[in-house]
Amino acid sequence: MGVGIDVEHLNAWYGSTHTLQDINLNIPANHATALIGPSGCGKSTFVRCLNRMHETNPIARATGVVKMGEVDIYMDASPVEIRRRVGMVFQRPNPFPTMSIYDNVASGLKLNGFRNKAILDETVERSLKAAALWEEVKDDLKKKSGASLSGGQQQRMCIARALAVDPEVLLMDEPASALDPVSTSKIEDLIFQLKSQYTIVIVTHNMQQAARVAENTGFFLNGKMVEFSSTDMIFTNPKDKRTEDYITGRFG
Amino acid sequence: MATRIKFQLNLDELKERLLMMAGMAEQAIQRSIEAYRTRDLSICELVFRSEPAINRLEREIDQLALDLLAMEQPMAIDLRFILSVIRINADLERVGDQAVNIAVRVREMGAFANIDLPVDIPRLASLSSAMVRKALQGFIEANAELAQSVLAMDDQVDEMNDAAFTALSSLIREKPELTPQCLNALIIARNLERVGDHATNIAEDVIFWVRGADVRHKSSVA
Repeated sequence: MGVGIDVEHLNAWYGSTHTLQDINLNIPANHATALIGPSGCGKSTFVRCLNRMHETNPIARATGVVKMGEVDIYMDASPVEIRRRVGMVFQRPNPFPTMSIYDNVASGLKLNGFRNKAILDETVERSLKAAALWEEVKDDLKKKSGASLSGGQQQRMCIARALAVDPEVLLMDEPASALDPVSTSKIEDLIFQLKSQYTIVIVTHNMQQAARVAENTGFFLNGKMVEFSSTDMIFTNPKDKRTEDYITGRFG
Repeated sequence: MATRIKFQLNLDELKERLLMMAGMAEQAIQRSIEAYRTRDLSICELVFRSEPAINRLEREIDQLALDLLAMEQPMAIDLRFILSVIRINADLERVGDQAVNIAVRVREMGAFANIDLPVDIPRLASLSSAMVRKALQGFIEANAELAQSVLAMDDQVDEMNDAAFTALSSLIREKPELTPQCLNALIIARNLERVGDHATNIAEDVIFWVRGADVRHKSSVA
């Protein structure tokens, strides 16, 4: 099951650049939450703080509290443990090119020391089914490399790979921006289905996509969270003029 | 720097066409009342002839609004604006229909003697037309306060309509031979009361557009 995320006074820096400024936010469990905002506003940095990827950059640092359920991810857990609990899907699918579809999906489990073939088989099948890819690849699992799949299939394989380690949270950083409308639609359907089991945070530049998939939406601007509300309010009656200007395309 | 220039131009065009529609609907009501006042059937003809043009413009506005929804995928205040235009458009078309209904009644009344009836149709028409004009002024100025003031006026129109019903019913009982004239006047009063209702709807749509608040049916959901 998914877990709620409470963010308190989160600040982040790249070198001397203050990229996130005092973010406070409650992301409800088993919901899809969309983050929107112009390029460079801090939304990707924000999601990278949710799985401690931000700190992998040597000049980056973060302060504040991020709680997943009762666990303070910066105080009570290691980055490795957090990244197992928090899956991530990126803008461009990033399959391991030399690995088969099967090994791509099983890679997270293998890295965590799982070797039991029956468990691996079962997990790969379950994950690919959850990612709505099983029927398309079940006959080629070990024959084809992950890189041989289409872009949309690769992205769903990457989602399956993220799901295979049984996370509680799924972060998606523009997961459909490189995909055609049909593949995008499949990813959006997937988000709809997955949120019953996972907490989903999606960064997107496509506002219609945010409107379609997320119950709540946050608008970032210049490193600050300007407005966070139910998606229908954000897109029909935002309270902040800056939100309205952005979503109506009047920035400039 | 201005952005979404084409979209903005299309929104301006939508507004302009709706105001054209408003002008035609208002003119139809004014003409129908002038026809009532003068019993001039040639004015009724003008009202009848205006209806196809109003209907045509209604369809054009709806099509433009639909195109903008599909092509531009508007959000927030733009989305509320287009939704309001679609609703106001339908209300204006119905105002045009009320004008036609009044003209039909005036034509029927032409077959009977022109007598003084205990109902001030021109005053009722003036009040309901003022509601429409004020609601549309609210639309032109994006002025929710002005639109809000229209809502209070509706009670007055309703009261006048109720009073007309009471007075004309009494007259029918007293002088049954005047029943046709009284019934036609009753229906005209009812048509004008409906014009007031459409003005109220328009005002509510202006408030929705400007404030994002749904005040229909005396609710207030922002």
